Amino acid sequence: MSTVLTNICKKYDSDKTVLSNVSTEIQTGEFFVIVGPSGCGKSTLLRMIAGLTPITDGEIRINDKVVNDLPPKDRNLTMVFQSYALFPFLSVWDNVAFGLKARNNNSQADIEERVNNALRMVNLEELKDRKPRELSGGQRQRVALARAVASDAKICLMDEPLSNLDAQLRIKMRQEIYALQRKLGLTLIYVTHDQVEAMTMADHIMVLHDSKVQQIGTPTEIYKKPANEFVASFFGVPPINILPAIKTAGKTVNVNDDFQVKIDQQVPTDSFKIGIRPNELMIEEADELSANASIRTIEFLGDEKIVYAKMNNNDIEVAAIVASDAQFKAYDTIKVTSSDNVLVFNNEGVNITKNAEDAVNA
Amino acid sequence: MANFDESAILKRVFSYILLIALAVVILAPFFIGIWASFLPTMDIAKGDLFSTNVSFNNYVSAFTKTPILRYLANTVVIATVTMFAQLIFCSMSAYAFVFLKFKYQKTIFSLFLITMMLPFEAEIIPNFATIKSMGLLDNYAALIIPFLTSAFGTFMLRQSFMQTPAELKEASDIEGLNHFQFYWHIVLPYNKISMITLGAYSFLGAWNQYLWPMLTTFSNNSRVIQNGLKQLQSEETFNDWGMIQASAAIIVIPTIIVLFVGQHYFKSGMNEGAVK
Repeated sequence: MSTVLTNICKKYDSDKTVLSNVSTEIQTGEFFVIVGPSGCGKSTLLRMIAGLTPITDGEIRINDKVVNDLPPKDRNLTMVFQSYALFPFLSVWDNVAFGLKARNNNSQADIEERVNNALRMVNLEELKDRKPRELSGGQRQRVALARAVASDAKICLMDEPLSNLDAQLRIKMRQEIYALQRKLGLTLIYVTHDQVEAMTMADHIMVLHDSKVQQIGTPTEIYKKPANEFVASFFGVPPINILPAIKTAGKTVNVNDDFQVKIDQQVPTDSFKIGIRPNELMIEEADELSANASIRTIEFLGDEKIVYAKMNNNDIEVAAIVASDAQFKAYDTIKVTSSDNVLVFNNEGVNITKNAEDAVNA
Repeated sequence: MANFDESAILKRVFSYILLIALAVVILAPFFIGIWASFLPTMDIAKGDLFSTNVSFNNYVSAFTKTPILRYLANTVVIATVTMFAQLIFCSMSAYAFVFLKFKYQKTIFSLFLITMMLPFEAEIIPNFATIKSMGLLDNYAALIIPFLTSAFGTFMLRQSFMQTPAELKEASDIEGLNHFQFYWHIVLPYNKISMITLGAYSFLGAWNQYLWPMLTTFSNNSRVIQNGLKQLQSEETFNDWGMIQASAAIIVIPTIIVLFVGQHYFKSGMNEGAVK
């Protein structure tokens, strides 16, 4: 009982590859997030699972049945669209009931019960006679959710459902979607470009980039043991600092010729790269002689500050998180150092950190 | 300051005068016609447009002395059938052009458009020959069959259908709607305004037909109202202008009703809330 993708490929016009060799298993009842920058093929993948877009190569199995050639309706799933896709001429109630009526295998009483339950679950009971145009963005989003809830399909696909909402509402709806998914035991396949949504809701995350799967794993794995430079820099705000490094004597590594860290592992003898999360960087005020960077801008976030600084060498910009009462200002000269909790990438960007878990937990 | 106000007021006064003058120029013939329909023919002939002998006599005689009711009935039937036929056929062909994928789609659509470039007058002779050989002259069918569908209607609805969000189609695919269900339950309601516009357009088009019915109908059984009106004028040796004017007033009424009812629907924002 799961959704299995095997070597899914999608090509347009024989030469333009949108997706190549995507394989994964999505367990029943899990919250699976497909994340990636725009244009990475994540929506295409979702559409292929739904059956709206044909696949070029590979196999999709839902509950041990190959569904490659099944039309969308026979795949027994629902979909929530980025733009909601509500029917403007139908009331909220009828919008939710539409799919059930269309499928024609539910009794009138059954439909009524399902629709009313679904509307209650998303708190739209009082608005059931309104038309979509009389609703706010968040309410429209809830109608689209109710439509998925009312259906008896156990797999629900969502294509960036929150991207049209403002930041506050997005957080609220995020929690509501998560709660609904848990309550109904839905298998939810969720596409987003927002790494925060992915981190906060997912059981498993699939990171897509350059038409390839970069990594599949739990949010913790993705954050702490990113497979490569791309995954590392995609997750985390502000993004991880990637700096060139050269091994010097013993375990010491010279980072960007500006400061040093200790690494307890084999590293390439020539050059490689070091990834340092902003909260692992330490900065202190320093005079011109001992300074290795200068501050560009400072963002005040309330409980902390983000300092963006330019390193003296190679014009590299780094971000560091400091306490909100730290007294820095733009153009200050500073000395940047790092804890030893860093990630090591080879020149191809692959994560070669040894015992990443131990290193992180240390 | 005062000067500025004065010039602004002058400007406004001037533009209102201009608008009123233009409105009078456009509306005067219409109102003179309606007014004349209430006057006795003798007064009209004398040019006494400000006569006070106002009455409904002209309307009564129009209905009792002439077959105008028959003409009206003919026209209502023909215009209604034409309207529904065009709505059905144009929307179906527009649906095919938008939502179905088939070979030579663009070529076929171009062919459709080419027929739009051809004035109806150029088709009269072949159409007449066809209708005649089918033995349909002087018959409702002669007035309906050539207008069952229209390239313009297909074109207009196609443009409108293309605005239907693709997500609605995808959502329907997931719910398992077939093409006809999608067409009937979603595309038509979503494009209600365009359908009403086309309906009004084709109804009025059929209502106001003159040249084609004049060629293909010869008896009161199938004569339509516009030709009937002309008939009233030439049948009498002495033209009863009051009555003719009353008949003319009668036949514009449906036009006004259609426009009035239609206008109610031409509100924007009907489809707001479908996406985003």
